[in-house]
Amino acid sequence: MKKAAIGLYVLITVGLMIWGFYQAIYVAPNDAMQGELSRIFYYHVPTAMLCFLFFAISLVGSIGYLTYRRGNPLRAQAADALALAGAEIGVIYCTVVLITGPIWGRRAWGIWWTWDWRLTTTLVLWLIYVSYLLLRRFAAGPQVQTLAAVLGIFGALDVPIVYMSNRWFRTQHPAPVFGGDSDSGFKDPLMLHAFGWNILAWFAWGILVLCFRYYVERRQQKIAANEAQEALDA
Amino acid sequence: MMTRAMWTHLVKDLRIELRSLDAFVSMLFFSLLVVVLFSIAFDPHGEFSRDIAGGVLSVATMFASVSALNQAWAREIRHNVIDAQRMAPSPGAELFLAKVIANFLFVTVVQVILAPFFLIFYNLHIAGQAWLLAIVLPLGTWALVGNGIFFAALSIRTRNRELLLSLILFPIFIPALLAMVRATTSILTGDGDPSLWIKLLLGYDIIFTTVSLLLFDVVFHAE
Repeated sequence: MKKAAIGLYVLITVGLMIWGFYQAIYVAPNDAMQGELSRIFYYHVPTAMLCFLFFAISLVGSIGYLTYRRGNPLRAQAADALALAGAEIGVIYCTVVLITGPIWGRRAWGIWWTWDWRLTTTLVLWLIYVSYLLLRRFAAGPQVQTLAAVLGIFGALDVPIVYMSNRWFRTQHPAPVFGGDSDSGFKDPLMLHAFGWNILAWFAWGILVLCFRYYVERRQQKIAANEAQEALDA
Repeated sequence: MMTRAMWTHLVKDLRIELRSLDAFVSMLFFSLLVVVLFSIAFDPHGEFSRDIAGGVLSVATMFASVSALNQAWAREIRHNVIDAQRMAPSPGAELFLAKVIANFLFVTVVQVILAPFFLIFYNLHIAGQAWLLAIVLPLGTWALVGNGIFFAALSIRTRNRELLLSLILFPIFIPALLAMVRATTSILTGDGDPSLWIKLLLGYDIIFTTVSLLLFDVVFHAE
């Protein structure tokens, strides 16, 4: 039953991604100004929005670990696995954003990269969470979870400050598609459809990979706990 | 305000430093090297030297203080002093604050000594209000040292700890570095108003010092 549910979810996710691809590449009309080039936004913007979601999941996991680590070790372990999985998937989504952005920028602006506030903020966000993953790699032993949770909270605190400081600094990135000025928003409903389907597809895909990563991490925690127990018994 | 435990830690750190001058000499020489290296790399003259001076000063301070920050806890590992500090009944936040104040003083002294060399090497005439530097530099240094001491304690029991400190400190420090550089540059060139950046630095200091004080015990007793 459980396997059938997982299989069904994988099928739905793959179906959504194929449908999203079809919508973005074949159904949505060309942009009036940019032509075919605008189609990269159906990947760039959803991954950018979702990477914040996964970093938020990681923050929840970090706070959860620190809250439960004394009173409820089992729940704390689950929270730690969630923090790690969220950070890893977030870094992958953020990497996709940082790769698709310059591809677009090369054609639209004529340059691969510019130190615009939104680009800088995304890059700094990526650096912070890569340093989080590096800490998890370099620290050994049982304290790694506590240290990582603390760094996760520090990193999340830094995000709004980085965002504000860069916003004051300089701006070149296009204004937000949603919630910008009166000229913003998609003019063609087909574009909005393609956009919505891709957000859904990448959300489903991210959650799928997150669950797999969470499951693997939980397995590793259990193996490590068993090994520690065996070493004690021997 | 200053409790006895905190005072004891602070006096101990200052006394060790006064006797050995390890952190001080290495920081001073290193930041001097960075200033010279940058002037060779960028060939500063006229207006241009004013534009980059704020950035060079901030980055030189940043690189130099990492050597002191690495020493800050490594010193306590010898003879297991750190375990004694863990067992001490006073809260860890007091130890943390004492260490931050001690290292803040070291870095500030280095900056004060470095400043004349800096003005000479880069032919600087301060066009803005010079006294504002006395606010910007301490605020930036506090942001650097506060986070640095915290992350040094965090990375003390990891592999590659000296490398790891820079790897986790620099990304978190980026907004404070940006504010420090923009404020210093706008004071040196006289263009623009540095008050927004000073407020950002102040906010950064308040937020991260508070969180560090709250979470220090968690990191210090992590096992």
